[in-house]
Amino acid sequence: MIHLGFPAALVALLAGIGVYGVLARRNAVLVLIGVELILNAANLLLVTAGSRPGAPFAAGPVLTLFVITIAAAEITVALAIILVLFRRSGSIDLTAVPDLSDDEDVPAGESVQPATERTPAREGAP
Amino acid sequence: MTTRDIVFVAVGAVTALSALLSVTTKHVVHAALWLLVSLGSLAGAYLVLGQELVGLVQLLVYVGAIVVLVLFALMLTRAPIGPHAEIDTPGWQRVVGAVLGAATTVLLASLLLPLFFGARADLDTAESLTPQVAQAIFGTWVWPFELLSVLLLVALIGAFAVSRLVLTREEAPTVRAATRPSTSADATQPAGERA
Repeated sequence: MIHLGFPAALVALLAGIGVYGVLARRNAVLVLIGVELILNAANLLLVTAGSRPGAPFAAGPVLTLFVITIAAAEITVALAIILVLFRRSGSIDLTAVPDLSDDEDVPAGESVQPATERTPAREGAP
Repeated sequence: MTTRDIVFVAVGAVTALSALLSVTTKHVVHAALWLLVSLGSLAGAYLVLGQELVGLVQLLVYVGAIVVLVLFALMLTRAPIGPHAEIDTPGWQRVVGAVLGAATTVLLASLLLPLFFGARADLDTAESLTPQVAQAIFGTWVWPFELLSVLLLVALIGAFAVSRLVLTREEAPTVRAATRPSTSADATQPAGERA
């Protein structure tokens, strides 16, 4: 016998902590940690709702397993994107101003040549 | 308060505290390690709720794979060792985040607690729930289950393609730097700054 109020309270706590983690972090990997906490709150809610008497098709635990699988797929792609971001810009700070130009990987000492190439295009743009 | 209630409150307190530490710590690597503690004790919470299959899958996938992947990502992005203030947003933004997180907690609690207040589950039976779950997966849910295997394959190929795509694009500046030997000495400077 277990009272389902305690798991429900833990769901609310975990989701709130996850929202804080997403909003308070600048490091992209640490933002993903907040996302994981929110996903785990959803999983716990599914398990809690599924352990009520009379839940059909064992939907709670089965959907929890599905969400765990989707979370694994999500974090694989997200970490691949973060690694690409790190290789292109040298940091994974989400508040940094992004440099979206194509010559991003040219080191600073070499930027004389692309800068002169780019200047006429910038004047011509407006 | 039954025995399961007491055990769940203990495990849930560990889960919530370590989750809170993982979003507030200043050490980058400690955040991933506290996430490991939080997800592991959440697997314990699933065990207390009588879903041992979900708890073991949580241990295998989350603790065994996802946290290790996060640790690898932190290593590959040269995470600083030791306390580091640069991983957090400015103070006012953290205050707003705390307010919004507390608002989410209050909203969900006010919604869920009345819903689950009187509810109780009788889990102290002799038979396990796992055969029931297995029959449901390979009976009712078999098509979503098969679709998920395709999703995992697509995610694998997608992650590979994302890293591959930019690798080929990076070759062009490297070739151009090699053709101009006068700038090769300067080229090491920004890499040193990144480290």
